[in-house]
Amino acid sequence: MLDYLLPRYKVERDRDLCVQCGVCERSCANEVHHVDPDLGRVVADHAACVNCQRCVVMCPTKAIAITKWPQVDSGSANWTLGYMQDIAKQAQTGAVLLSSMGNPEPYPIYWDHLLLNASQVTNPSIDPLREPMETRVLLGGRPGMLKVNEREHKLVSPMPPQIKLDVPLMFSAMSFGSISLNAQMSLAMAARELGTYFNTGEGGLHRDLEPYAANAIVQVASGRFGVDPHYLAAGAAIEIKIGQGAKPGIGGHLPGEKINAEVSRTRMIPQGTDAISPAPHHDIYSIEDLRQLIFSLKEATRYAKPVAVKIAAVHNAAAIASGMARAGADIIVVDGFRGGTGAAPKRIRDNVGIPIELALAAVDQRLRDEGIRSTVSLVAAGSMRSSADVVRAIALGADAVYCASAALIALGCHQCGDCSSGKCNWGIATQRPELTRRLNPEIAAERVVNLIRGWNHEIQEMMGGMGINAIDSLRGNRLMLRGVGLNEKELEILGVKYAGE
Amino acid sequence: MKRIYAIESWCIDCRRCEVACKTFHSKSKNTVKAFTLEFPAPRNRVRVEGGKTLSLAVNCRHCAHPKCVEGCISGAMTKNPKTGVVTSDPEKCVGCRTCVSMCPFGAVRVEDVVDKGVAYKCDLCGEVLGEPGEPSCVAACPNRALIYVESEEC
Repeated sequence: MLDYLLPRYKVERDRDLCVQCGVCERSCANEVHHVDPDLGRVVADHAACVNCQRCVVMCPTKAIAITKWPQVDSGSANWTLGYMQDIAKQAQTGAVLLSSMGNPEPYPIYWDHLLLNASQVTNPSIDPLREPMETRVLLGGRPGMLKVNEREHKLVSPMPPQIKLDVPLMFSAMSFGSISLNAQMSLAMAARELGTYFNTGEGGLHRDLEPYAANAIVQVASGRFGVDPHYLAAGAAIEIKIGQGAKPGIGGHLPGEKINAEVSRTRMIPQGTDAISPAPHHDIYSIEDLRQLIFSLKEATRYAKPVAVKIAAVHNAAAIASGMARAGADIIVVDGFRGGTGAAPKRIRDNVGIPIELALAAVDQRLRDEGIRSTVSLVAAGSMRSSADVVRAIALGADAVYCASAALIALGCHQCGDCSSGKCNWGIATQRPELTRRLNPEIAAERVVNLIRGWNHEIQEMMGGMGINAIDSLRGNRLMLRGVGLNEKELEILGVKYAGE
Repeated sequence: MKRIYAIESWCIDCRRCEVACKTFHSKSKNTVKAFTLEFPAPRNRVRVEGGKTLSLAVNCRHCAHPKCVEGCISGAMTKNPKTGVVTSDPEKCVGCRTCVSMCPFGAVRVEDVVDKGVAYKCDLCGEVLGEPGEPSCVAACPNRALIYVESEEC
């Protein structure tokens, strides 16, 4: 049957520069390029292109650029090409539309409406190159009251388990299966080098990553893949995943073709079977049930590891977070709707959930109002694009942030959003050996370390400018933020003043 | 001496090394001109063997006791005693192909250049024959499947 779909992209090849070396042809798992000896030039199957830009980067003469397919839409602002193409696709297949990465729709990005403060005259700014600047963060539960033996300078009250981050940033959960072992290995190596943590996601801890377990947060999600006492004991902390920002209310589905021998062993499921994570945890239908799971996990690990609970940022996030804190969670993770995913139904990704900025501010304020903010740590996730976003998140009330998309971009990801096809040309979201081999963790880890070191320098610069010398003094310090282009209600929820106030 | 090592677990069969090698060994040092204009066409000395599932960039090992030098009948193939770099002098080469048949790695080739066949092989991108330079293939490799590191023996 003729499908009514249009190509999304057009491969523009500069024939003056193309030398027909074939690097593009060998670089493309979608088989877009073909060196045609009869024609004496390289031809392209435009419809197969997903705009991953691997060929653009690999081409020795920079002869390739990917452009939009030049077809104009109907001229209607309502029936855009995007909606019409989606209808054409569904009319053909009768299926749920699948997508990847975070919400790409033009909803407000509140980070871009929050400006940072700097000191002038009355309180001096600090030069981080000359003076100490603390970016260390401790995550975990905190006692309601601290008893100190002042005579002996010793702590009397027992401290709950905590994990120490040298940078206020961790790598968010991405499971082995959804991403390649080389991608996980890259983040694990980078986490160890940076003194922070990567998250195993719900796919278990591959045996090759066990040497990095001290820098791993092990996740327990609704599918319970790869969870056993050894797994729980291996990680530095445990995270219960209730929801994910990219697809709140939705479980996961890793198709059988991605369950190869290694994924099967790590997830503890038969090879070739679909790995289905149910939408809910079937043993959690209330805050009380959540408390049972939190304490089961604490009991299983002898109360030696902090337990985090991650939810998607949704309408009642603040009330839910309060319940989580009272249920015994040591770390509350809130994941905004721009957070990425390997696969999500398109309508869910594009329409469900709320921005992390609003959810974070609301959760922090609610916990403060209830007097329990100081007993838990709060981690914000869901698209941290730069060090300035990290600073804003901390000023809005986060102890630390989770970031994954930025780390993947450092590995080569170009946000084409074709993760679910399993043909990631950058070797990230794939299990095909000829593609995963493209990601050398040695190079990738270096790139991620460079990125986060750069960010950390910038965080220090920005804090120094504010006259602040420790992340602890920035946390929840909303006076360091001013809004621009926001209405009264937005300012109220974010808890910030307008610029000029 | 420093040698180029190929690591098969990271070779992704993109063959950017071949393009870089050909460019370096062209007159213009320009990829577009090297591939489209120059005559005689410049030749790449590194060659990726294998395919999508397994590949390796095969290159001269600059052996401690090179068979190609041993077999050379015209004195064109020499190993620089100081640097250890094995090179073939196109002026002296008579194109007999003894080196090609003696090389255990298939790293020397002879192809017709205008009037006679001349042996050509990796020269470590030196500006002068026998002096090592910064190998272009290593610089062009996107995945560190080619590394240029110090190794035992000269």
